[in-house]
Amino acid sequence: MNGKRKTENGILSALEKWFEVHEPKGKWAWLGSTYEAFHTFAFTPNRVTTKGCHVRDAIDLKRAMIIVVFALMPAMLFGMWNIGYQASLHATDWPYPLGSVASWIFCFVFGFIRMLPMLAVSYTVGLTIEFAFAQLRHHQVNEGFLVTGFIIPMIMPVTTPLWQLALATAFAVIIGKEVFGGTGMNFLNPALVARAFLFFAYPTRMSGDSVWVAADFWGTDAFTGATPLGELAAGIQPSTSALDMFLGTIPGSTCESSVIAILLGAILLLVTGIASWRIMLSVVLGGGLMGLFFNLLTTLNLPLLSTLNPQLSTYLQLPFYYHYLMGGFMFGAVFMATDPVTAAQTNTGKWIYGLLIGLFAVLLRVVNPAYPEGMMLSILLMNCFAPLIDHCVVARNIKKRKKRAIVKSKAAVQ
Amino acid sequence: MNVKKLLIEPLRKTNPVTVLVLGICSCLAVTAKLKPALVMGASVTVVTALSNFIISLLRKGIPNRIRIIVQLVVVATLVIMIDQFLKAFAYDVSKQLSVYVGLIITNCIIMGRLEAFALSHGPGESFLDGLGNGLGYSLILVMVAFFRELLGSGTLLGYQIIPQSFYEAGYQNNGLMILPPMALIIVGIIIWIQRSRHPEMQENNQK
Repeated sequence: MNGKRKTENGILSALEKWFEVHEPKGKWAWLGSTYEAFHTFAFTPNRVTTKGCHVRDAIDLKRAMIIVVFALMPAMLFGMWNIGYQASLHATDWPYPLGSVASWIFCFVFGFIRMLPMLAVSYTVGLTIEFAFAQLRHHQVNEGFLVTGFIIPMIMPVTTPLWQLALATAFAVIIGKEVFGGTGMNFLNPALVARAFLFFAYPTRMSGDSVWVAADFWGTDAFTGATPLGELAAGIQPSTSALDMFLGTIPGSTCESSVIAILLGAILLLVTGIASWRIMLSVVLGGGLMGLFFNLLTTLNLPLLSTLNPQLSTYLQLPFYYHYLMGGFMFGAVFMATDPVTAAQTNTGKWIYGLLIGLFAVLLRVVNPAYPEGMMLSILLMNCFAPLIDHCVVARNIKKRKKRAIVKSKAAVQ
Repeated sequence: MNVKKLLIEPLRKTNPVTVLVLGICSCLAVTAKLKPALVMGASVTVVTALSNFIISLLRKGIPNRIRIIVQLVVVATLVIMIDQFLKAFAYDVSKQLSVYVGLIITNCIIMGRLEAFALSHGPGESFLDGLGNGLGYSLILVMVAFFRELLGSGTLLGYQIIPQSFYEAGYQNNGLMILPPMALIIVGIIIWIQRSRHPEMQENNQK
């Protein structure tokens, strides 16, 4: 950025002079990006571009990111309470009676204490790497990791060991993002890369029945709490009601169980226009269509699928809206699929992209019991195809307009 | 004859895997454990060196239009000999490598060296070039397999390296290392390191 710098006050200018961050060969010039990052974090950026044309808009990357964090808040707060609530359901010596106000507060505090280290690890590891890369490349540190670092602990099981979380975050930031040039250049959603890394690297900590409830305190060591998805993958009717799933009082990844909390966030994202309503709507439509299609298969009573896998029939008969309530479907649709960097960019492309995410998510869940959480894989899959979808949409548009132009010019000649 | 250049260059600046990006398939398939990777690397080195040598001897007599077939015959003969040798003396490794020994015939590195080098150079030079390229391939294979076996299984050449106390403290083997995609990622990281250490290898710096 070519800009003129005004100093806010005497202290700051003295500091800048002291550290020589703006001198090309200054003592601390090698930490220039770090200084810049903290400066813009603490103060309103005071650099103005002097050349070229630009769009005047109140929203910049920083604001967009912080609104997403606000939108994630309901899910995060509910998730914290739910961690405590799930643990209290199965703890043998929970200190307060269930249902009391004391227990309500205690559940939240318990969950808060469980979430805080995960958030701290995710931010520390991720930001360290981001800052290091920014310094090495002489880039400015940007806000890209603010949301990623917030989401990563939200989509993990609560029992994920912190070192695995750190490893996954490092992998996601380096291989998922920095290799391609940093924020805005990645083609996969970094938070999902982190989850996929753990899912394939340490499958015993990421799936199965024993990882979803923080029951390692309070003397219930070997407790197993299956998620509805896990139960269905095993061919059992889910033991929780649809209302419980909607409210989110079910075991699952830390902060993605409550549909209502996620919808609150979705409203904020849609009102502010940060996330694309086309993608959200089409993901929901796609998932519903696939669910209805499976329902149709059972009513037609085709023997084909149930001979392939006898456990499938329960899943096929499941009402389609259950897919919205279980696992990370809604969280994925609202916060992950709409990631502006990795989603399709064209409007038609967004419809195709979203529909296919929904379709594949439900398809993967139902047909392959080894991958109960189809949402993660289907979003990553469609992330890969988003540029291709855009390319086709643009190419088709060019072709259409060329045709129109030729017809017009012919008409003009005649 | 510049022996050093012929032998050492393919290990670094003209490495068949990290620079020419050839032989990636087998690099994914045989590097989950160190032992098969070592055997595979040795087999490919022998085949590349000998086929380069033989084709170079024959190069004046091979009609240009059927040279690929002649090359294939020579390579296939060598590969079958290697395969039989492994079956006789290292049966378990031969089982692990399964079809990948036979598939050395289609390894791009071998055909590439025959076409690019052996057809236009003398037998001695060709032998060294084949040896160098085979070693370059083996080097990357062993590096990838080292990390995959150490992090994926906690062993090296079958011996337990990561102590039991680590596992008791909560350490787990990384299952992703066993899966083929991780080989690609490790090769990618090796290429990344190599190119950042030698800026002249980056395309935009060659202007």
